[in-house]
Amino acid sequence: MNNGAIIQLEDVHKFYPMGRQGVHALAGVTLDFQPGSFWAVMGASGSGKSTLLNLLGCLDRPTSGRFSLGGKDISLLDDDELSELRLRHLGFIFQSFNLIPQMSLSENIELPLYYQGYHAHESVSRALELAERVGLGDRLDHRPTELSGGQQQRVAIARALANDPDILLADEPTGNLDTETSGQIMSLLTELNQQGKTIIMVTHERDIANHAKHRLHMRDGIIDSIE
Amino acid sequence: MVLKVIRNIRIGIKTLMLHKLRSLLTTLGVVFGVSSVIAMLAVGEGASREALERIRKLGSNIIILSSEKPMEDDAATRETSLMSIYGLLYDDELRIKESIPYVIRTVPVRTMRKEARLGQRSMELRVMGTTPDWFDLVKRPLLAGRLLNIQDMERLAPVCVLTERGARRLLATQNTIGEYIRIGSDSFEVVGILEGDDGTGGTQRLDRDGDVYIPMNTALQRFGERILQRATGALELELVELHQIIVEVESTEKVEIVAEAIHAMLQRFHPREDYRIEVPLALLRQAEETRRTFNIVLGSIAGISLLVGGIGIMNIMLASVTERTREIGIRRAIGAKQRQIIGQFLIETVVLSSLGGLIGLGIGALIPWIITQAAGMPTYITPYSLVLAVGISVSIGVIFGLYPAVRAARLDPITALRHE
Repeated sequence: MNNGAIIQLEDVHKFYPMGRQGVHALAGVTLDFQPGSFWAVMGASGSGKSTLLNLLGCLDRPTSGRFSLGGKDISLLDDDELSELRLRHLGFIFQSFNLIPQMSLSENIELPLYYQGYHAHESVSRALELAERVGLGDRLDHRPTELSGGQQQRVAIARALANDPDILLADEPTGNLDTETSGQIMSLLTELNQQGKTIIMVTHERDIANHAKHRLHMRDGIIDSIE
Repeated sequence: MVLKVIRNIRIGIKTLMLHKLRSLLTTLGVVFGVSSVIAMLAVGEGASREALERIRKLGSNIIILSSEKPMEDDAATRETSLMSIYGLLYDDELRIKESIPYVIRTVPVRTMRKEARLGQRSMELRVMGTTPDWFDLVKRPLLAGRLLNIQDMERLAPVCVLTERGARRLLATQNTIGEYIRIGSDSFEVVGILEGDDGTGGTQRLDRDGDVYIPMNTALQRFGERILQRATGALELELVELHQIIVEVESTEKVEIVAEAIHAMLQRFHPREDYRIEVPLALLRQAEETRRTFNIVLGSIAGISLLVGGIGIMNIMLASVTERTREIGIRRAIGAKQRQIIGQFLIETVVLSSLGGLIGLGIGALIPWIITQAAGMPTYITPYSLVLAVGISVSIGVIFGLYPAVRAARLDPITALRHE
C-alpha cells in the first residue's frame, strides 16, 4: 500500500447536498502525490479542482473513499486533529493573498507560530528570517495594504513557510498579479520546490501550470488526464 | 500560561483600539450597570453603618424622649398667650420611673443656651441641668476633678462640669479645677472636666463638646422654668419643664415594648403631641428599610443596564464576527483550533466589559459621594462591592461573549475564506 507517497487518494468522493439532486464535486479520484513533487491542478470552474484542494488542505473531509496524508487516514480525524495537521504540515497560498489587514506584516507571518505556541521574541526573529527569504525584510512594520499585490503574495508565502510545512497548497497564486510579478512568484515557488517542498497549485493558466512538473486536468469531478 | 494570557489580552486590546468609539459606546451599558451596583451597595451600607454607629454611641437599650413644640402652637396659641407652654413634665419622669416595667433609670434634662465667661474670655455653651445618672449613661471619661453627685443636687450647689473644649476656651488651657465661671448672671465653680471627643460624634450622641453640666435643682433655682428666647425676630417666652427624658431599659429586647408603653402613657397626659420618642434601635430597622428601597430601585437599574449592556456587547461582537469572517477563515486554515478562536473573541468581549466595569467603578464611586453631598445621606463603599463589580463585568463579558465566539469558531473554514 505505502509506496512512499505523501498524499494518497483512493476513490475519493465529495458530495454536497445542494438543491434537489446535490452536487457531486468529486466523483471518484484516485491519485498519489510523491514528496517533493510539483503539481498543477487545472480544469474549468466546477470541475472539482477547488474541492480537491480543500480536501488536500484538510479543510474538509471526503464523503467517501480514503484520503491519507503522511500515512494518516484523514476521515478518522476530528476538527482539532485536522487543525493540528494544518498547523504542523501544511501551508496555504491564496489568490487574494488573505493577509489580515489590521495586523502588521510581521504579525501576519508570525500567526502560525503564535498558534504553535512560540514565544513572542522567537517568532519575531523567525518572521524576520522568512521575510528576508522572500525579499521583504525591511517592511515588517508595514500593513498589508501598503504593499503591492506581488509583495503581499510574498508575505503570504512567508507566512505559509513559517511552520516549515511539508506541503504547500496554492490556490491560483498568480490570479491577481500581472505577468511580471507572476513570473517572480512562480520562480519563488519553483525554488521552494527545489528545496524539497511538495507543492500542489490550482491554476487555469497554461503558462503558469507549465512551471509545475506534473499537470492534473480535472473534469466533472474526475481526473481527465495527467501529463 | 500567564504570559500567554497577557499576550492574548494585549492582542484583544489592540483589536478593540481599532474601533475606539465603537468599543467605548458598547461598554456604556456595563458602565451604568456597574456604577448602579456600587452606588446601591454604598447607600445601603452607609445607612446601616450610620444606624449601627448611632446605636453604638447611644446604647441599644435606651429611649430618648424630647420636648417638641407642637405645630399648631405657632398659629393658634400666639394670639391668646405670649407664652407657649409645652413639652415633657417632671411628672412624666416620675410616672415612667414608677409605672413602666423594665425601666432601670430615667435621666431628666433641662437645656438652655447661655453665655459663659471667665474674665475676658467667653463662649456660648449648652447648659444642661441634669442628675448624676447622666454621666452613667453617656460615659464620657473624666479628665480632671469629679462628676456631679447627689450632694450637689441636695445642696443646690453652684457647681458645674465642663467639657474639654469649653475648658480650653474659658480656662485657657489650664485644667484648673476650682475656678469660678459665670454662666448667665450666676457664678459656678468648675468641679470637673470631661474629655473631648474625636469630633466624629456629630449630632449622633446625646452630649456635645460645648456642654456644661450643672445639677438639675440648681438649674431650676437659678434660671427658673421660663426660657426667654428670640425666635423669628420676635421675643418669645417658652415654658418647658423638661427638654429630655432619657430612659434606660433593662435589655435591648424590651426597648420597643417599653417605648410603646411610654407612648401610650404620655398620650393620656398630653392632649397634643408635644414630645418626640426616639428609639435608636428602631434606626437599624429604618436603615434596613432604606437599604431595601435603594436596592430595589438601583438593583432594577443595574439589572436592566447590565442586561442591555450585555446584549449590546453581544450585538457588536456578532457584527465583528461577520466583519472578520475572512480573518477567521484565514486563522482556521493556518491551523487555529475552534477553542482558540473562541478564546480570541471571548478575551475581546471580556476586555470590553471589564473596561466598562472599570469606568463604572469610577462613576460608581462618585455617585455615593454626590448622594452624600446633595442629600446628606451617609454612604460607604466596601471593598467587597468593588470586587463584586469587577466580577460582574467579567461575567457579563463571558456570558454575552460566548455565543458570538462560538459562532465564530463554528464557521466553516472554506466558506469563511470565500467571504467577501
